[in-house]
Amino acid sequence: MTDTAMTRREWLAGTVQRRGSVVVLALVVVISSFAFDSFATVDNARNIAMQASFVSIVALGMTFVILSGGIDLSVGSVYALGGVLAALGVQQGSLIGLLLPIAVCGGIGLLNGVLVAYGRLAPFIVTLATLLGARGLLLAITNEGANTRVMPKTAVLTQIGQGTLLGVGYPVWIAIVLFVIGVFVLQRTRFGHSVLAIGGSAEAAKLMGLPVARRTMWLYTASGLLAGLAGALAAAYSASGVTIVGVGLELDAIAAVVIGGTLLTGGAGTVGGTAAGVLLLCVIQNVINQIGTLSSYYQSVVSGAFLAIVVAIQAYLSRAHLGRSRG
Amino acid sequence: MTDGTTETPGRPIPEPPDAHQEAVDHPAGADQTPSGAPNQRDHEDQPPEPPGRHRVQPNRRPSRLLQDYGVYAALILLVLYNLVFTENFASVTNLNTQLVQVTPTLIAALGMALVIGTEGVDLSVGSVMALAAALLPLYLGYGLAPALLIALLGGALCGLFSGTLVAVAGIQPIVATLALLVGGRGLALVFADGQLKDIRNQTLLQIGSDKIVGIPIVVVIAAVLTLAVGFLVRYTTFGRQLVAVGGNRSASALAGLPVKRVLMTTYVISGILAALAGIVATARLTASDPSAIGQLAELAAITAVVVGGTPLSGGRVRVLGTVAGALLMQLISATLIKNNLPTSASLLVQAAIIVVAVFLQRSRQGGTA
Repeated sequence: MTDTAMTRREWLAGTVQRRGSVVVLALVVVISSFAFDSFATVDNARNIAMQASFVSIVALGMTFVILSGGIDLSVGSVYALGGVLAALGVQQGSLIGLLLPIAVCGGIGLLNGVLVAYGRLAPFIVTLATLLGARGLLLAITNEGANTRVMPKTAVLTQIGQGTLLGVGYPVWIAIVLFVIGVFVLQRTRFGHSVLAIGGSAEAAKLMGLPVARRTMWLYTASGLLAGLAGALAAAYSASGVTIVGVGLELDAIAAVVIGGTLLTGGAGTVGGTAAGVLLLCVIQNVINQIGTLSSYYQSVVSGAFLAIVVAIQAYLSRAHLGRSRG
Repeated sequence: MTDGTTETPGRPIPEPPDAHQEAVDHPAGADQTPSGAPNQRDHEDQPPEPPGRHRVQPNRRPSRLLQDYGVYAALILLVLYNLVFTENFASVTNLNTQLVQVTPTLIAALGMALVIGTEGVDLSVGSVMALAAALLPLYLGYGLAPALLIALLGGALCGLFSGTLVAVAGIQPIVATLALLVGGRGLALVFADGQLKDIRNQTLLQIGSDKIVGIPIVVVIAAVLTLAVGFLVRYTTFGRQLVAVGGNRSASALAGLPVKRVLMTTYVISGILAALAGIVATARLTASDPSAIGQLAELAAITAVVVGGTPLSGGRVRVLGTVAGALLMQLISATLIKNNLPTSASLLVQAAIIVVAVFLQRSRQGGTA
């Protein structure tokens, strides 16, 4: 795609693709602020941000995996495992409470990565297996889910989960820092560019001499690691390692990434879009709670409909895009 | 990877002369076609070999055999193990229990096998099951037939929705059906108002619990559906078109096949089968519970299909393999439970089996590519 071929329409299509989620998010926020008195309050914003922080850390790892043309279904189980491990490890000290989930969940991600990159197995199925496996591991260390370990209030890790800085909880800050790093890695580093190249065409990337297998392996490792970290933070926030969390979280994360304008086929997308996607899903949930008379079941109906509309528009735009560049 | 490996002493290859033709689920034989064989021979027979070795057909390599028949072998081994070591395994009651428990997964997996055959995947089956379960009690007041019809229609509409997104809008199957997975269960909960509703319709309850000549009705239903889907894949134009579209979509389109219609029909069938699975699950449970029915059913169905040897890359549908895959996973968890092993062990074993199954697929793809 050369600059001269960039017509106005293509520019529009590309912009809607990349920035659409931000625009819709802004619209929803503005409308909701006028419609509901209790929406545009500091407390509510704090709530939404806290809710979004855990999912967004998971979705960040997912963004990179999807950008490379893969998918990671295991993050929901790994998230739950991370929380349980944090509650287990924190009994021996906060450092262990933080390192144990990161190490184990990173290990599961590494296993995914090795099987996908070097075993050349389909990511969908490999991570489906680790979805089951991680949940099995979780049940094994919690006496089949019967034990919920409580984290001591005084532990540093619990403080990280519950404490605030400038009125905003630490998990939110951590998520923001991670996203800034994510944007930097994707846009400014060789690693980020090679991820996009792999997602565009793994074959071409390999022919160009990129270490495709190694990069892919680290992507899945990072995804598992981030999911574990998010789980540990969520456990610290609620001061307990709850065993039943995280079911279906992978789908929320994928939905957020796709709504954020990242193509599931890989090769195109942004980290910022994912942040907007996560926030959008959280805001929709919040608004439906605000309406009050609507049952909360509508939340998933709206999210699902929203996802369908977004991907339909995406498909239409990218086809318009392709048709142009071919003609 | 040479031809000779098929004759290594450790792995004698039983080779019934017409096994090739009798392999049940290779309808259009995307990669078993005669044209595939000469290709491989070109690759593999370049160094001249003793004449006796040529009798082994190239595509009957161990990995290929393991992929095609491994699921049956594993199933037989597991049954034998249980016959010897598990008390009361061979009782009619136990066999019926195992079969009844697997029916909803099996019915959903049949539709999933078709969708995976088109190189797609249908994540929405669990939610469609819940939706059908939620629709049933709403219309049971008008009689059983209208209620069943509405539930099936709901499933068909869900399939039409996914199918349209996939075939017409050109959206990736994972996302298209993900939207319905998220939205479908919400819709089910909205219809049912989040409530569990007891089923009082006697006929429906009888379908869930009665037996015909000692075989539970739901098992008969599953068997009939299996035969129907098997027939559809092997002997109908639609079945051939489905496999062709899954094998190579653009070639099928160039050959003048109605690709969009085939894709949409496939998703509609998957939706209807998922609705049937939901109805069966409801009848078994004697209650409509849209928050529990079909939970994670999509993963169980995908597992059954993949373990059964249907490649995720499409172009091949193994109906009997899918049945064996579903039975194998059911029997594994039953065996582990009988031996007092916890759920965690069951999950870990399932994970390992999925990886092994997909690894075997890979070696096949690697070999033929």
